Amino acid sequence: MMEWLIAEIFAKYNYWVSIVLMLIGFYAMIAKGNLIKKVIGLNIFQTAIFLFFISLADIRGGTEPIVSEEIIHMGYVYVNPLPHVLILTAIVVAVATTAVALALVIRMYEEYGTIEEEEIIEKEREMGL
Amino acid sequence: MIVTAHFPVLVIVISMLSAFTILIAGRWNKKTCLPISIATISVQLFMAFFILNQVFTRGTIHYRLGGWAPPWGIEYVIDAFNAYVLVIVLFICLLTAIYAKRSIEREQPHRIVPFYVVFQLLITGLCGITVTGDIFNLYVFLEIASLAAYALIAVAGGRALKASYNYVIMGSIGACFYLLGAGFLYAVTGSLNMADLSHLLPPLYESKVVQAAFVFFVVGLSIKMALFPLHIWQPDAYTYAPSVVTVIIAAAMSKVSIYAFIRVFFSVFTTDFIRIYVPIATAISWIAAIAIIVGSVIAIMQSNLKRMLAYSSVSQVGYIVLGVGLYSTQWGLHGALIHILNHAITKGCLFIVAGAIIYRCGLWNIRDFEGLGKKMPYTCAAFTLAALSMIGIPPSVGFITKLCLLAASLEATEYVFVAVILASTLLNLVYFWRVIERMYFVRGEGEEENEIKMGEAPVSMVLPALILASLCIIVGILWLAGAKTPLLPVVDQAVNALLGTGVVAAP
Repeated sequence: MMEWLIAEIFAKYNYWVSIVLMLIGFYAMIAKGNLIKKVIGLNIFQTAIFLFFISLADIRGGTEPIVSEEIIHMGYVYVNPLPHVLILTAIVVAVATTAVALALVIRMYEEYGTIEEEEIIEKEREMGL
Repeated sequence: MIVTAHFPVLVIVISMLSAFTILIAGRWNKKTCLPISIATISVQLFMAFFILNQVFTRGTIHYRLGGWAPPWGIEYVIDAFNAYVLVIVLFICLLTAIYAKRSIEREQPHRIVPFYVVFQLLITGLCGITVTGDIFNLYVFLEIASLAAYALIAVAGGRALKASYNYVIMGSIGACFYLLGAGFLYAVTGSLNMADLSHLLPPLYESKVVQAAFVFFVVGLSIKMALFPLHIWQPDAYTYAPSVVTVIIAAAMSKVSIYAFIRVFFSVFTTDFIRIYVPIATAISWIAAIAIIVGSVIAIMQSNLKRMLAYSSVSQVGYIVLGVGLYSTQWGLHGALIHILNHAITKGCLFIVAGAIIYRCGLWNIRDFEGLGKKMPYTCAAFTLAALSMIGIPPSVGFITKLCLLAASLEATEYVFVAVILASTLLNLVYFWRVIERMYFVRGEGEEENEIKMGEAPVSMVLPALILASLCIIVGILWLAGAKTPLLPVVDQAVNALLGTGVVAAP
């Protein structure tokens, strides 16, 4: 059982790495009270998904996907370029999300003088409403 | 006609171009923002109607972006369902833009130009989600729309910042789940095109990867559309956002998220998958039933009008999802699709009224609404009509959806859902009656009848509310009178296309 599990983990270690990273990010987003740490968690979560996509595309021994007549004749295999393209787009989205989130944190720091979630909630309560 | 063939992509592109035009023109003169925005949305709405008509007469539109053939290139596919949602969304956007003029001048006078720029980007995202036939492209547009919404909510400052931040975190989790689902599907099929996936997936339905992908899609999009219990970001976001923004995210954006949910549910995966491999329909019907009751009960406890309407939205999303869960019945999906229209126009109207009351009187607490019926007669009339439609009083469009959902529940012999719908109608009545009673029948202490002066909100704010309120009734009356409106055939065609039954028009 144990051997099987270890073999399984090592055979597909790339997926395990991204799952572990995903859970770390997810944990940080939910459990951390510091707003910046939540953003960091979000970034880890997103990066884990990017790694998942990229490792999906890889072929052992594959070359870069610049296809020419010569390469095809020589029988080279090349990695799948599509996930890379998708992830380039997704990285742009992630950067934009991070930028918005950080801008919000800055504005909240100006407003409340803290970036701890609980302190902000307390201050909101003091302000009434 | 060469231009009309490109309408599916133009409807997105011109919105994005107008965002940048507004940015430049706004630097020169702030007053140019609104006309550009309204003109753009009008053109988009015209295109949407044209597309709807074309879909209706000639069948599904397939548009190849850049001329690349489907499995490799991105394809825009528009059938009756897309076109229907597109028209609703753009119609709401147009009215919101008209309404925005006064509201944003009052609430955010320094941010008029950025507001319209981001507003147009939001519309770009919403249209993009609606027309695309590619799951990754849908993710990108979902994020464009969400990012614009985060920014628009945060514009209000103060508590809206926290609300927006929570929305960023929750929304991003949802989007990441969606992306992960898309990745899983790509891993097993090598395709991202929805139509292509629906052909490639059936032999792989047993695969755990496909089933996990489905769950990721469902959870991710449920967060985006604020389905109970994943709605926690929603009440704060709706309450603290500027009034205009609440209108558009409540009426248009939530509808588009629901559209994406239904599209993935039925067009990427099929009814076979949901029936046999992941029997989720019963589960989501029950979740929806709980959402309907919980949303209504919490709405009754609210004293802030916008917050009450926000919780009411939680329960209304429940109605739509209940319709989806009862897809196997004759009227289930009809109920869901008509409720998309119903909720867009009624909730749009109600939030417009809430904003108008804040604009004119600065009131948001329901307790202070005494005598408003005299003071703002048209606004309150619009509120009352829309509230009647939300409750489901007969000649309104809300009645039709409740009827459809009741018929569906009876057909599925799920009497609990029948009870839930009836109970929620009563609960709706309670929380709307509270507001209407304050507006019309309760007089403040020491106030004389003739002391209350007319103080109606500006025309640009009342008009959209009245248009939407009268639509609630007109659509309902036309339907009940059995008039030949295009609504039923469009919904019929949409349902048939989703379920893969009936005659699906050839491409």
